[in-house]
Amino acid sequence: MKSKNHNNRPVELPNFCHLGVNLRIALTVEAALAGGVVARASDFDAFAAEFIALSALAQPALLLTLLVLCATGRWLRSQPYQIGVGFTLALGVAVPLLATVWLNPLLGGLFPVPLLGVALFALLLGAGLLAYFNLRARALSPAITEARLQALQARIRPHFLFNSLNAVLSLVRSDPRRAERALENMADLFRALMSNASQLAPLEDEVALTRAYLELEQLRLGDRLQVTWHISKMPGDALIPPLVIQPLVENAVYHGIEPLPEGGEISLNVYRSADKVHIVVRNPIAADVSHHKGNRIALANIRERLLLHFDLDAQLKSEPLGAVYQVNIVIPYTRERTQPAPARPHRR
Amino acid sequence: MNAPNPPLRVLIVDDEAPARHRLRDVLADCATELPVDIVGEADSGLDALTQVQQQSVDAVLLDIRMPGMDGLECAAHLNRLSAPPAIIFSTAYDAYACQAFDLNAVDYLLKPVRADRLVRALSRAHRLTATTLEHLREAHPKPRTHLSVNEKGRIVLIPVADILYLKAELKYVTVRTAAREFLIEESLTRLESEFGEAFLRIHRNCLVASARIREIGKLPGEDEGHFLRLDGLDERLTVSRRQYSVLRERIKAI
Repeated sequence: MKSKNHNNRPVELPNFCHLGVNLRIALTVEAALAGGVVARASDFDAFAAEFIALSALAQPALLLTLLVLCATGRWLRSQPYQIGVGFTLALGVAVPLLATVWLNPLLGGLFPVPLLGVALFALLLGAGLLAYFNLRARALSPAITEARLQALQARIRPHFLFNSLNAVLSLVRSDPRRAERALENMADLFRALMSNASQLAPLEDEVALTRAYLELEQLRLGDRLQVTWHISKMPGDALIPPLVIQPLVENAVYHGIEPLPEGGEISLNVYRSADKVHIVVRNPIAADVSHHKGNRIALANIRERLLLHFDLDAQLKSEPLGAVYQVNIVIPYTRERTQPAPARPHRR
Repeated sequence: MNAPNPPLRVLIVDDEAPARHRLRDVLADCATELPVDIVGEADSGLDALTQVQQQSVDAVLLDIRMPGMDGLECAAHLNRLSAPPAIIFSTAYDAYACQAFDLNAVDYLLKPVRADRLVRALSRAHRLTATTLEHLREAHPKPRTHLSVNEKGRIVLIPVADILYLKAELKYVTVRTAAREFLIEESLTRLESEFGEAFLRIHRNCLVASARIREIGKLPGEDEGHFLRLDGLDERLTVSRRQYSVLRERIKAI
């Protein structure tokens, strides 16, 4: 039988480079280790001594295994699921075995570890963990994840829609070309809003979309809206969830620019540092704080979508810095299209 | 046939230039049906108040959501005039305000505005009564940026940020700024709930601007008697025994 879930998408091996996956594996291994020692130890001192000694062996072995799995992850996931599982288990046994052979003499043989024991322990744990990741991917099926993503996908404020339509209407007679361009921008924006929320999209597309949006806002707000882009170090090919930057900027306009009679400046800074993509949006803080609740809802929405896509590997921080409000998003730099990380159960 | 009416004098108020432009276009389109004289355009509530007083205006097309003074507040100040203009609100989307308008039978326009709706609204445009305005503001509770009084037929605006204290006296409330005093016909309790944290109650009849408190002191001689002084004012205001403890807690919190 093929490994398929009800959304007809094959179950994939977990991405071993993801922090969330690594964390779950490391905790499971430590727990299994502790459990094994507890079963044998006579008192607490014996437990502590043996647990520490075993950990000295198991920790480096585990880290090495995770490193190897992360390095070979892309190739493993390109194989059919069963074959991928076979290779993963083989690596999961071979690396700890080699690590034991190498480390056993260094540890002075205080608690000699039988190689067969290591192999069995690694094999059982590996199989158990893969079964867990498989179950988890099925239980929290992409169908549910996708539905949640679709529901969370940012919606344009009706206020913006009708004001923009009004602005376009005002241009139809006096400046038909600008009116055409504005309608093209609106078409792009709505196409993105109705697009598939579970697919990652190139960063440069999101930036183009944000520009289209800002052009529409500038039509209405004129000189009140100043925009500065810092994107010379932007990795245009990085993949990000769609509609992450645009809603942030929409918030910045709605809360930071519109309430100010004289307007203000929005600055966008997108760059890559090591294997992370940073997105920083700043806007002036308006004295009128009556809509801060709406702002928090929008941010919580983006945060949850980042979680669904990247599990624990993405962050969103927002804070007032003096007279400026700043939102900072960090997401892993990825160019590989994968399905969203399986959803976590509701945090209630 | 009726004698031709003089054209209706209209002021357009919206913070967005394209929106004002659009209203001009639509008004020009229906000129045969409803002759209109556009006497001006204003991009803010304050600008609208100035323009209405410089020339005669029959009707104001007033956007609700504007930075600074919004449309509802502007309408409240306009109503201080002895012959206030008719007001037609306009909004792109504002579910709560529209509900309140419907409830109070107030005409409003949804942007983008259609010619026939605009003609209908203008031809039956009427003044808002004080009660209606009160209801609208209750449905849309947002503190005003200014208080206003009518002095010799003119609207005088008092920026809320300039107010030092508000003191109830019989039917009126005295509004004290660094420069002078005004008498307004409002209730102190309502003002207190409207401006919230910005003003502190120090006595049954007195609210002070919390950002302007300079010192709180004990009156000599009497027991438990306290006074308070504000920035830019030599007057000593009496703090009641009951409010003194509340005041101390609040000051500590700030």
